[in-house]
Amino acid sequence: MNYIGEHLLPGQIGHFFVILSFVASLVATGAFYKAQYALGFEKTNWLKIARISFLLETVAVLGKFITLYYIISHHLFEYKYAWTHSDLQLQTEYLLSCFWEGQEGSFMLWSFWHCVLGWVLIWKAGEWEPGTMTVISFAQFALASMLLGLYFFGSKVGSNPFVLMRNENMIKPENFPVGFDASGVLRADYLQFIKNGQGLNTLLQNYWMVIHPPVLFLGFATTIVPFAYAMAGLMKKQHHWIKPAIPWAAFSAALLGTGIMMGAAWAYESLSFGGYWAWDPVENASLVPWLTLVAGLHTNVIYKNSGYSLRSTYFFYIITFSLILYSTFLTRSGVLGDTSVHAFTDLGMNTQLLLFVLVFFVPALYLFIRNYKQIPAIHKEENTYSREFWMFIGSLVLFLSGMVIIAKTSVPVYNKLFGTSIAPPEDVEFSHNQIQIFVAIVIGILTAFTQYLKYKDTPKAFLGKKIWIPTVLSVLISLGISIWGDISFTKKGPGFLFAIHFAIFAAVYATVANASYIWLGLKGKVKAAGASVAHVGFGMVLFGILISSSKKEVLSWNTTGIAVFKKDKNEDPAENITLFKGQPTDMGQYMVTYTRDTINDRERKRFFEIDFASKDGKENFQLYPDLIKNNKGMEGFAANPDARHYWYKDIFVYISYFAENNQKDTASFKNREVKVGDTVFYSNGLLVFNDVVVNPEAERSKYGPDETALFLNLTAYAKDGRQYKASPGIALKGNELRNLPDTLVSQSLVVQFNKVIDQANGKLEIGIKESAAVTDLITLKVYQFPMINVLWLGIIVMVIGFFMSVYQRIKSNKLKVA
Amino acid sequence: MKKTHIAILVLIAAAITVIISYTGDLTTYESISSAREKEGKFVNLIAKLDTNQPLEYDPIANPNYLSFTAIDTLGNTVKVVYNNSKPTDMEKSERLVLKGKMNGDQFECKEILMKCPSKYKDDPNAAKEISAE
Repeated sequence: MNYIGEHLLPGQIGHFFVILSFVASLVATGAFYKAQYALGFEKTNWLKIARISFLLETVAVLGKFITLYYIISHHLFEYKYAWTHSDLQLQTEYLLSCFWEGQEGSFMLWSFWHCVLGWVLIWKAGEWEPGTMTVISFAQFALASMLLGLYFFGSKVGSNPFVLMRNENMIKPENFPVGFDASGVLRADYLQFIKNGQGLNTLLQNYWMVIHPPVLFLGFATTIVPFAYAMAGLMKKQHHWIKPAIPWAAFSAALLGTGIMMGAAWAYESLSFGGYWAWDPVENASLVPWLTLVAGLHTNVIYKNSGYSLRSTYFFYIITFSLILYSTFLTRSGVLGDTSVHAFTDLGMNTQLLLFVLVFFVPALYLFIRNYKQIPAIHKEENTYSREFWMFIGSLVLFLSGMVIIAKTSVPVYNKLFGTSIAPPEDVEFSHNQIQIFVAIVIGILTAFTQYLKYKDTPKAFLGKKIWIPTVLSVLISLGISIWGDISFTKKGPGFLFAIHFAIFAAVYATVANASYIWLGLKGKVKAAGASVAHVGFGMVLFGILISSSKKEVLSWNTTGIAVFKKDKNEDPAENITLFKGQPTDMGQYMVTYTRDTINDRERKRFFEIDFASKDGKENFQLYPDLIKNNKGMEGFAANPDARHYWYKDIFVYISYFAENNQKDTASFKNREVKVGDTVFYSNGLLVFNDVVVNPEAERSKYGPDETALFLNLTAYAKDGRQYKASPGIALKGNELRNLPDTLVSQSLVVQFNKVIDQANGKLEIGIKESAAVTDLITLKVYQFPMINVLWLGIIVMVIGFFMSVYQRIKSNKLKVA
Repeated sequence: MKKTHIAILVLIAAAITVIISYTGDLTTYESISSAREKEGKFVNLIAKLDTNQPLEYDPIANPNYLSFTAIDTLGNTVKVVYNNSKPTDMEKSERLVLKGKMNGDQFECKEILMKCPSKYKDDPNAAKEISAE
């Protein structure tokens, strides 16, 4: 049957590329493998076949990418991927984000980066090309299988992004009645009724989400290069790959680190987590391979300079890539279910994802163990005054810290395996922090002094002469911070507070010592300072994390609310504050006012203008947190924070609750006769009439100079015990009377002064109106993050340092070859 | 034995100690009746919102007080209080993970994790309605 309006060609092209990529990558794997062992003419031939297949693979990957982009950008909603992940309203800049909302698109992104890296290796790797490319082609083969969407022996392999909705059992009479005729058959013109897609998850409609996934996946992809070198080395039983591997490992660490921290920046700027890091399983799963990669990079450098630690370098590179695959398994298999807030959807490919891990990990481990004895090692003990000894200890600590994190993160996997129902601890963040703070202390101090040691042995005079300057300086700086910095994170007891202070010293020490090393050790040779710069950045990152987390403050303390249950030592129950439109509310050092809100049609966001005026009158600024209407069958809103940036802190606000006020004001005034001292009831409490004031100064702004004003002084006593002042009034000018009602927004109450009934007896008439439509309200959370900019700046410095050493190493490798 | 070997052993021992001590902090997933039995103990209650019972959230009176009734798959119900703002889309969530402890008759919740069918699943059968306006 032919359906009207369907575009089947892009899908067919897409399918073709999926198959082509699967086959071409398999051929490339075989041919590169053959080329590795062949000699002379035969080798050239195999290499030729391999390169041509890899070219075809690259064409296929690009073809898939372009075809899927075409489908999404042309809104061909007959395709499942377009319907599930996009809609007509989506801005052009987010069309690419649709790719990574789904697993299929993100696999494509990953294999795209493998292609790019593959060509760099073909161009540059020389004798290591066949070995490394065997591994990369095989990874491409594994990734291509993720997109197959074919059934083998009853089990589905991969998930194809080019499938049509109607073929996926998505279109059924129950959910799409208009598309079917009376006999329950899909109408030929069904497509005209599918007007729009489900859209992109609102959380992904953020500029960070355009850049974070490509960088993160490039980081993921690059970890394969050191791994591929290690595998090639094991296959050839030669170990001089360690030289070209160093710049690759540094490059990978830079990108993976940037990718992770862009994710943190995204979380900070667009999620209402209230922070940049939550030890969420998804975050941990990418952090741990970074830690082991950095460990591997350091042992790699040790081996190059001293001959020690080759075996651990092999091990770290193997484990890094395996952990990348494991993180893929964790985030995509749905196993994280109840523990993570942002894992991918389960596509029912768990077995395949697990195989993806094992098919690399098991052979690599086998080769490593089988060749372990043949990997050269020095049996003489390292000198305690040598750089390699302490670098090795540092690498080991990084690796074990990663192992601890991943062991904790894997709890849901044990549940799956053993059928248990173990849940994370009460305070997940603290359970990580209390351990990792000691790792930070050890790593910070090691980072600080290890550079001052020389390989093999350090003359004690040299060490003594150089290291005392940064040490004394750091002690002074960190003592200053400890004494005047007001670091009083007492929530977790004095032990943890002491650890924070000590860690601050370690972070300062790492920063100061490495910065001074550029002058003291390298004599200002900035070109050679890549490692020092990266370490300075790392120290700054630690410092930024420590200060911003330990001094994070809630500014939106609800001063009026009643504690729901007893305040315990960890948490105060009242972090949200309610703001009524137009009514200034007291919030610590600021008066905050929700002044207005506007809806931006292009982004479908509602922006709220929140005015902050400091009580000392020195500051006045506006913040614009927004809400975006949820899609995909959900009601309500997703909140995007806004922050005011100072160089030393951020004020961070987001809307925690908003109820749209669309009730009509139908209530009318009820009139009451009162005199001074009388009490009037309203639904939520009572009003006491205190007195009448003529021309009060406090209300001066409400009446003109030529008017006579009469104001009533009323006090509202709400049921919950709170009191409010109300002062309705009238302004008289000759015979003209103006009414000046007063509104008690929080009580949904409007009071007006109607008239004087009996002047002699002091009898007046007031009108009371109770209306739900009085005003809009929002509840707000406001945090303060001190020194968070040091964290962001530290990351930039660290990445610059990594790139400096990439450049430095490539240059020195070239010199040696030439 | 080399110093590095000693360091390796010591650090691995430390890591193992840390992981073992972590098991002491772990909590459990519970149903309502089993959570009642563990009164005062921090648990993860798996339930969903009982839409037949009133949900109380009045940001005017107190933006940090939410109270509702949770129902689990066995049909048991419990009153839940949460000292925070009401999470958006709670009504739509097919599954709530409530982290907190039982205190008397009510469950005092510190954190609510929501699992929304349409948010993270693009399971074809979850496509409830195809837009056909």
